[in-house]
Amino acid sequence: MEASAVSRTSPPPRPHLRLASADGAGALRVGIIGTGNIGTDLLLKVQRSPLLECELFAGRNSRSAGIRKARELGVATSDRSIAPFVEEPERFDLVFDATSAIDAKRHYELLEPLGIPVIDLTPAKLGKLCIPALNLSDCVGQPNLCMVTCGGQAAVPLARCVVETQPQVDYVEIVSTSASRSVGPATRINIDEYLATTEAAVAGFCGVPKAKTILIVNPSSPPIKMQNTVFAKADEVDLPALRAAVEEMVGRIQRYVPGYRLVMAPLHEHGRIAMTVQISGAGDYLPEYAGNLDIITCAAVAAAEENARVLLGGSAATGA
Amino acid sequence: MAQILISDPTLRDGNHAVQHRLNEAQIRRYAAAANAARVAIVEVGHGNGLGASSLQVGEALLSDAEMLRIAREELSDVKLGAFGIPGFATMRRDLDVAIDAGADVFRVGAHCTEADLTERHISYLREREKEVYGVLMMCHMATPERLCEEARKMESYGAQGVIVMDSAGAFLTHDLQDRIARLVDATQIAIGFHGHNNLCLAVANSVAAVDAGATIVDGTARGFGAGAGNTELEVLVAVLAELGHDTGIDLYKVLDAADLAERELVEQLPSTDSVGIVSGLAGVFSGYSKPVRRIARDFGVDPRDVFFALGRREVIAGQEDVILEVAMALRDAVEEQRLEQQDEEIRTPEGDRS
Repeated sequence: MEASAVSRTSPPPRPHLRLASADGAGALRVGIIGTGNIGTDLLLKVQRSPLLECELFAGRNSRSAGIRKARELGVATSDRSIAPFVEEPERFDLVFDATSAIDAKRHYELLEPLGIPVIDLTPAKLGKLCIPALNLSDCVGQPNLCMVTCGGQAAVPLARCVVETQPQVDYVEIVSTSASRSVGPATRINIDEYLATTEAAVAGFCGVPKAKTILIVNPSSPPIKMQNTVFAKADEVDLPALRAAVEEMVGRIQRYVPGYRLVMAPLHEHGRIAMTVQISGAGDYLPEYAGNLDIITCAAVAAAEENARVLLGGSAATGA
Repeated sequence: MAQILISDPTLRDGNHAVQHRLNEAQIRRYAAAANAARVAIVEVGHGNGLGASSLQVGEALLSDAEMLRIAREELSDVKLGAFGIPGFATMRRDLDVAIDAGADVFRVGAHCTEADLTERHISYLREREKEVYGVLMMCHMATPERLCEEARKMESYGAQGVIVMDSAGAFLTHDLQDRIARLVDATQIAIGFHGHNNLCLAVANSVAAVDAGATIVDGTARGFGAGAGNTELEVLVAVLAELGHDTGIDLYKVLDAADLAERELVEQLPSTDSVGIVSGLAGVFSGYSKPVRRIARDFGVDPRDVFFALGRREVIAGQEDVILEVAMALRDAVEEQRLEQQDEEIRTPEGDRS
């Protein structure tokens, strides 16, 4: 019932992932669909990765700010949305979907039969839930990875630390607060789905019988950085064990989300455990306060890189 | 004179004053008394509304469904109201529960600049033919223009009225009156006001809001509610009657309801104490009052410092987790100062010797 612990055993067979770049190119050839804020921020991170190469950046509007940015970077672009991926599937080892939950579902219906794996950054919840700090090795060779939600990426690993060190805990709560300017119309209209997907991730990764998620959108100026608090109900707590686990987990997340920072170490008061993390974005395409968007693009890149490492074998891993 | 609709959230906002621990007998007796007084709407629930029972805000003694069902049984001439804030309350998990429990009227709230978070929830309830109002919270934090824009959004989603909440008890009368007048002009729907008493202006502000065109006013028995308390229902009803407004409420019966509330609900009558004044000046959500006092005591810091620090961080409703962070930082700062002072004392005699 618990999501399997992080392990480094060899990955399962992967019928879906064909290695189009097995000719020694040394990088996975990826496509990005969706040229909004998330897609464009993702592009900048892909460009920095030695293991990934952006083959195509596709959206619907050839004059969008994202497409202009991609052109400046010399990346091939398209305004034909999903069509180029369907027409030439052999060009792509993997596709990131940064559109909307509704579009992501339609896109996956087209890409799945072509055997192109998808990393989905929308809350469509079509495939395996992926939180790199918790289950990266299970996320290789999957036909579809769901990157949960920003609050899930930030807080579920901490909730996992709580249940692993305090087995008596049966209720966990996550409160995510983001700057109003970083919460787009899609998240606003899908706020219930956001909460449901985050709660599903808590249940899946932590195995607690009861979980709750709260989302707060704060308009202050200058904008606040994304903040997440994890609460758990507990009368007795092994605080040293929890603090050690959280410290280790924060380090693990910082390897792929550099702006992830513990601002309130775990404490026990009034019958509850509480701890808070803050996320500053890398400021790639989005402002620094938009840590909520940064964490999800960082996590998606980490998942893609793990696939690249395994598929490209030792040569890529050593950079040779 | 105008017909004024009085909505009574004693059994919802009052829950803030007792850490959300209102019990069955209390809800039953007060609902019956409010029914006899014929207030228009009795709103019942956790202080932050549906789905808000949590470690973040406080765990309620009774579930949303239980609270609503108990009140429902006592209401024959009065509508049963439920409040919900998207981000806490979801449609399937929480609004459906309230519909099943027999709520007639829904108020869907958002921070005063974030009305678009309520779009799906308002339309969802309208599709189910419920009476629905939008609520803009912490209205002192938005410009009049922005408030009008947000109220118009709620109107476009189907809200039948918009309630301006002075959730921090921070409004000065002329600022409020200006905003209400502009909202009345900017929308085709009813405008309401919900006051808090941090600066002892709740009744005066409510009357000013009515003068500016508001037709819905919230009041709670003896002001039982978050922080320094709400607009006192029984005073509001009496003053509006004196001014010739028709609320449809029986004065003696509402006074009886207030007396009953004082006996059976209220642990300590709400008052504008020193911390409450600072809370109002800092413009911090009234619901923070109890947790700020407790945490300040536990961490050995001044609750007034905590309120001003929260005000500087521009926290809105629902960010109670920040109280811990702020209290800890203040405690650390005090400790640091103490150590510095100690160092200073150690250094001084050495200086004298040299």
